[in-house]
Amino acid sequence: MGRADDDAGGSAGRLGQRLRRWVLAVAAVAALCGMWEGYKVLGEATDGTVLGWDLPARYDDLSMPHLTDVVARFSEPTNRGTTESVGVSVLKGAWYTLQLAGLGLAVGIAVGLGLAVLMQRFRVAERGLLPYVILSQTVPFAALAPLVAGWSGRFDVLGYEWEQWMSVSFIASYLAFFPIAVGALKGLQSPSPATIELMSSYAAPARATLFKVRFPSAVPYLIPALRLAFASAIVGSIVAEISVGRRGGLGRLILEYSQQASSDPPKVYTAMLGAALLGLVVAGVVNLVELWVLRNRPLGDVR
Amino acid sequence: MNTPEPATVRAVAVSKIFNPDKANQVDALIDVDLTVEPGELVSLIGPSGCGKSTLLRLIANLIEPTSGELAVNGKSARQARLDQDYGMAFQQAGLFEWRTVARNIELPLELRKWSKAERRARASEMLELVKLGEFANHHPWELSGGMQQRVAIARALSFRPRMLLMDEPFGALDEMTREHMQAELLRICSETGTTVVFVTHSIPEAVYLSNRVVVMSPRPGRIVRVVDVPLGRRDDDTRESAEFFKKITEVREALRGTEGGGDLGPAEVERLRHAGGDLR
Repeated sequence: MGRADDDAGGSAGRLGQRLRRWVLAVAAVAALCGMWEGYKVLGEATDGTVLGWDLPARYDDLSMPHLTDVVARFSEPTNRGTTESVGVSVLKGAWYTLQLAGLGLAVGIAVGLGLAVLMQRFRVAERGLLPYVILSQTVPFAALAPLVAGWSGRFDVLGYEWEQWMSVSFIASYLAFFPIAVGALKGLQSPSPATIELMSSYAAPARATLFKVRFPSAVPYLIPALRLAFASAIVGSIVAEISVGRRGGLGRLILEYSQQASSDPPKVYTAMLGAALLGLVVAGVVNLVELWVLRNRPLGDVR
Repeated sequence: MNTPEPATVRAVAVSKIFNPDKANQVDALIDVDLTVEPGELVSLIGPSGCGKSTLLRLIANLIEPTSGELAVNGKSARQARLDQDYGMAFQQAGLFEWRTVARNIELPLELRKWSKAERRARASEMLELVKLGEFANHHPWELSGGMQQRVAIARALSFRPRMLLMDEPFGALDEMTREHMQAELLRICSETGTTVVFVTHSIPEAVYLSNRVVVMSPRPGRIVRVVDVPLGRRDDDTRESAEFFKKITEVREALRGTEGGGDLGPAEVERLRHAGGDLR
């Protein structure tokens, strides 16, 4: 009886834990901002030399613009003569990148789950495929990107010409499928032998065991895998946009803005903050998914 | 009425050899003869490696015998499994944490394509049987070990199999809960008329529960003796009766006689000694 009664505290405890995590996150950001501005103040006050030591980084406004300037830059026009503000450009870029990354992620999840099911079902597949799955991630990303970039206009997929944006999504999916495949495989294999014997005693077909036991058992393993896959897809898309030369996304903005670093230092940081914001949004989505999917699981099941 | 019902389990000269003709060959069971009649409760007891779990898994058709004949309810063990003539419970309750207690009990019924209403009705009926009616919508991790094990029994019986196969189902419970669960199992079986084959390490448990205790010995696994336990209806007084202790002694002596006794690990010896010793 005791344990059944304790349950009431469970979800409240989880909520409190999350609240504390939020407060800590905000405090960490505030501390970082304080260090940034504090460093500038220190540099200006001591003229770059503290107790005989030179400060390791330059503190002038060109190298380290004031954070207030960076924030203010969001509401100013992108370039002289344009009406669109930097903030809107960054948001548009982030949205575009999110779409490409989302598509890549969807494909990556589908491929990763498919591979995991195949590898779980057939030992031969596991032995034959797993080394290649791992090998796929040791190919340097920088070597892969130009190769995939070269695909645009070269061939058709199901009657559609391969376009530049597809290369970006492809790279995102290429990075995203890996954690899903590995995490899902481990999760699908996680039910105990007794559990599998139980299903076999029910004369349950393999499909029923897969959907009623293996997939639900894999969920706690899939959450951290999903978190990695989301992050990889976003970072992959941004970097792929740069190396493929795709316009419209955050990658391109980061490249363009950094070329203006000497004349417009705060602008460089706006695009980077946009990327960070995108990462936060995506991490938040995974957290919501986690809360919802694991709502009926014991505390501490979150691996 | 007079047509004789087939034995629930009939094993004739059943052997199970793992990894035959290899360096790591294990003679898990040699020449086992065993008959379990409908409504009987039979315990398999013996030291580790005596093949008691192997015998249970053979009856369940989770593994196939190397040789010999094995019939369950008058048909092949495989057919009996496909017909779901038995339910099974293990030492770990093995409930699915993402399902509520009621939905755990419904799982075998889902696999048999029962309608939702039928499943609901049966699940609540089974929960009443194991006296957990008010916990239908709880999750397994909110229940104590004994309650979880009762849910596992309810699940195993949900489709009303004629036989229950249990592999040390109460092995992980404390002594008080364990005795309570034994009484519950007997009540449930007498209410439902279920035949039970029960694997255990505990001599008092075997004697208290069973009509017959099958004593097994290891290397190679085989049956050394079958002890009849005609104690009649069990209640709390049974545990303190002279007859009960006499039967415990009889089983213990049969176990001592097992040649494998010398091969027991220290933990195993301790466990067997303890199981008998605390009742002296």
